[in-house]
Amino acid sequence: MSLVGGSDNYLTHTRGFRSWALTLDHKRIAVMYMVGVSATFLLGGVFALVVRTELATPGPTIMGFPAAESQPPSAENQPAASSPASPPAVEATAEGKNLYNHMFTLHGTVMIFLVIIPGMPAILGNFVLPLMLGAKDVAFPRLNLASFYLWLFGAIFFVVVLHTGGLDTGWTFYTPYSTGQGNSAATNTSIVLAVLGAFILGFSSIATGINFIVTTHTLRPPGMGWFKMTLFMWGLYATAIIQVLATPVLGITLLLLAGERVLKLGIFDPALGGDPILFQHFFWFYSHPAVYIMILPGMGIISEVISVFSRKHIFGYRFIAFSSVAIALWGFLVWGHHMFVSGMTPLAATIFSALTFTVAIPSAVKVFNWLATMYKGSIGLATPMCYALMFLVLFGIGGLTGLFLGTLAVDVHVTDTYFVVAHFHYVMFGGALVALLAGLHYWWPKITGRMYNDRLGQLAAFLLFVGFNLTFFPQFVLGTRGMPRRYYDYTKLLERHPEFSTLHMLSTIGAFLTAAALFLVLFYLIDSLVRGRRAPANPWGGATLEWQCSSPPPHDNFPTPPPVGDPYDYSGLEYDPALGGFVRRSPDADRSGGPSLVPSSG
Amino acid sequence: MVMLPLPQSTDLLSCPLVAQAEGSFWLPPRASTVASSVDTAFYFVFWVAAFFFLLIVTLLVVFVVRYRRRPGGVPEPSPSSNTRLEILWSGVPLGLVIVMFALGFASYVDMRFVPADAYEIRVDAQKWKWTFRYSNGYEDDNLHVPVDEPVLLIMSSRDVIHSLFVPAFRLKQDLVPGRYTRMWFRATDPGEYDLECAEYCGTSHSDMVAKVVVHPQGEFDSWLRKSQEKVQNLPPLELGRRLFGSRGCAVCHALDGVTVKVGPNLKGLFGKTARFADGTTATVNEEYLRESIVNPSAKIVEGFRDQMPTFQGQLSAKQIDALVEYVKSLK
Repeated sequence: MSLVGGSDNYLTHTRGFRSWALTLDHKRIAVMYMVGVSATFLLGGVFALVVRTELATPGPTIMGFPAAESQPPSAENQPAASSPASPPAVEATAEGKNLYNHMFTLHGTVMIFLVIIPGMPAILGNFVLPLMLGAKDVAFPRLNLASFYLWLFGAIFFVVVLHTGGLDTGWTFYTPYSTGQGNSAATNTSIVLAVLGAFILGFSSIATGINFIVTTHTLRPPGMGWFKMTLFMWGLYATAIIQVLATPVLGITLLLLAGERVLKLGIFDPALGGDPILFQHFFWFYSHPAVYIMILPGMGIISEVISVFSRKHIFGYRFIAFSSVAIALWGFLVWGHHMFVSGMTPLAATIFSALTFTVAIPSAVKVFNWLATMYKGSIGLATPMCYALMFLVLFGIGGLTGLFLGTLAVDVHVTDTYFVVAHFHYVMFGGALVALLAGLHYWWPKITGRMYNDRLGQLAAFLLFVGFNLTFFPQFVLGTRGMPRRYYDYTKLLERHPEFSTLHMLSTIGAFLTAAALFLVLFYLIDSLVRGRRAPANPWGGATLEWQCSSPPPHDNFPTPPPVGDPYDYSGLEYDPALGGFVRRSPDADRSGGPSLVPSSG
Repeated sequence: MVMLPLPQSTDLLSCPLVAQAEGSFWLPPRASTVASSVDTAFYFVFWVAAFFFLLIVTLLVVFVVRYRRRPGGVPEPSPSSNTRLEILWSGVPLGLVIVMFALGFASYVDMRFVPADAYEIRVDAQKWKWTFRYSNGYEDDNLHVPVDEPVLLIMSSRDVIHSLFVPAFRLKQDLVPGRYTRMWFRATDPGEYDLECAEYCGTSHSDMVAKVVVHPQGEFDSWLRKSQEKVQNLPPLELGRRLFGSRGCAVCHALDGVTVKVGPNLKGLFGKTARFADGTTATVNEEYLRESIVNPSAKIVEGFRDQMPTFQGQLSAKQIDALVEYVKSLK
């Protein structure tokens, strides 16, 4: 790559395809994950736009037109007085409906299994964790590379699924819809391939988790006790616990599902003597903790970014750290809240409701601690901080709307409606993906050695904020007013709910605005690689160890182990306009005079 | 320019402290006894959530403005931990969620404990059709109930999981193949309400929408008696036409000779030669039509999938005859 010239660094250390494909360097593996996850994110995003476009108007919008009138009715051809309450009586084709079902299924499956679950640990965790420890790599570099290839292998399965029948079960694979074959309770799509893909992705996730747990236990440098770790490390550690404990259950469940479909085992399919509710218990036993796999690393990133950009020591360090572990462990006990109307006993539903409310408290504790960190700070609004603040607002809405779903009687009304769709997008997109964007913008100078255009970054963040809320806030109203999820069409509901067409249209407009904002991000990040200013070692003034090596870091990270201090103590870090970054000025000039003071561009 | 309708509330942002029967910006009109306690719980959670959301956003904006970075400015020193504060902001939310749990639980108990004298209606779900069966054997594709009387739905599915959702009643319950699930309510207002399938069930999930018709005091029994008599006295062709719509045939089989839905188009089929997936052929006669209803997997028409459920035991001999007569008539 000619992008990063000058001093020797991990990008220029060796060259050629093999030096990347067979690399054991955690930083290069992180970059490969970044490219791969971004590509699948684009794929999942296209599926989302197809879904939203179809829902923009009642009846067929872009798919499902009968052959006779394959052209969508254009706006000019419609009589001016036509009201959305009485749409043209076009009956959609089965192909159109099936295509829609494939699109929302693939959107969910790709986004969850290929993007959000691996996203933060595998990209940012991989890059930053060893640097934060002052270490040369993770504990098991070969296992790390194996994790990446397992991810790639699993991703290939999903690409194959796209071309061999697709998938139309929803990402939840509920039985008996997913298990039957050749009978009325069946789907003829590529369940087995998709399930095997997710099974393989599970191993990638488990391997990364084990790697991070061992790395955290064994590679902490002298002087870094558990409570001198950064909160991102605590988040990754808590995530890794869930990955190792929960993912095997998903693996077993998916294997049983494939076995049920192929070998007719009789575990989940009532036609074979099985129990479909058992599948839901197995599935959510993994998939609820998986929500915390997606969000806990993000909470760690937000802790770092808010502290650094407020120039304040993080408030309530131990409470934030312990709340991550509490969420990780307590999160195993609440899966039943996905099943309040499934036919579970009222006693079980009651217990799950009570447990669900208690898991809300650690998240509330984190939010208040982040706000307290900003109190009396010196708050800079560079792009990473814009995303962190956006996280507080959007994750706040996502968390607070979870309270409706934990409340038994209210859940009965709003579950399986757009309220749930809005809720989990506020948590998964407004929370996890916005945190990923915060972390990406925060560590981008470290990863690439280049600064991006901060103005464009702020603008994109603002557009994303507007677009996101326009997309998903109307969906709360759709849901509470009774719009079920996974509906190809809502014509039949318009008689009593003419407002649904307005709300769906708003949501679709928002989706395109969101996409535009994300393309702007892609544009200025790529632009920064070509034209960006060279990044100093410490552009934001972070006190954690990764800012003590140059940007981008050398192949083996640190020539000498960096001195370990309080990760949130900013005293002595001062901005040097000549460098465009921060340097540590302390009375102990020898300790701070190491490589940390040498900016990459000299 | 197409006029875009908005929620039918007089005040767009009406978020009442006390739930209103005619509905609000957030909730549709309500029509069951349990709905008011659901709405009360909803608005309790709503106002708590709104309070904390405004608290978070206000603090965020105030801090960002008040403590924004200034040239040469340094952060004022302040403590970086305070156990009392942590206990306060864990304890207050904990107390509030306990109240939420209690409200939700109390209302949920009402939903789950069925009055002993409830009027029973059997519900059968299949892809993609509801069938409601009354005590006298009459079947309808919409749910008709008397007002102010407890009604118990005993529900099962014939294929995949479905979920019966009546937003106006604030009630939803999955229908699971291989077991019975139950749901009860007492409707409070005569009128028509939406009944939707809320659990994804395949191709035409979004077509699985029916009506709840709440009959005024004293009119339900006479409606049921008249409906039953009407069906019993129908000529076979008329009965067949009715069954074709009410038993879900029309969901998958079009009759216009053009459209191909999930199953074959039936117009002009009788007397023709059908080609099957295994290469064999057969003439479409009464026996073939009867077999296709009671044992649909026996012969699969070329180009289609084996996914029609059997109606063996679901339809009487008289009903099957009527359906065959009806398909025969589709010239």
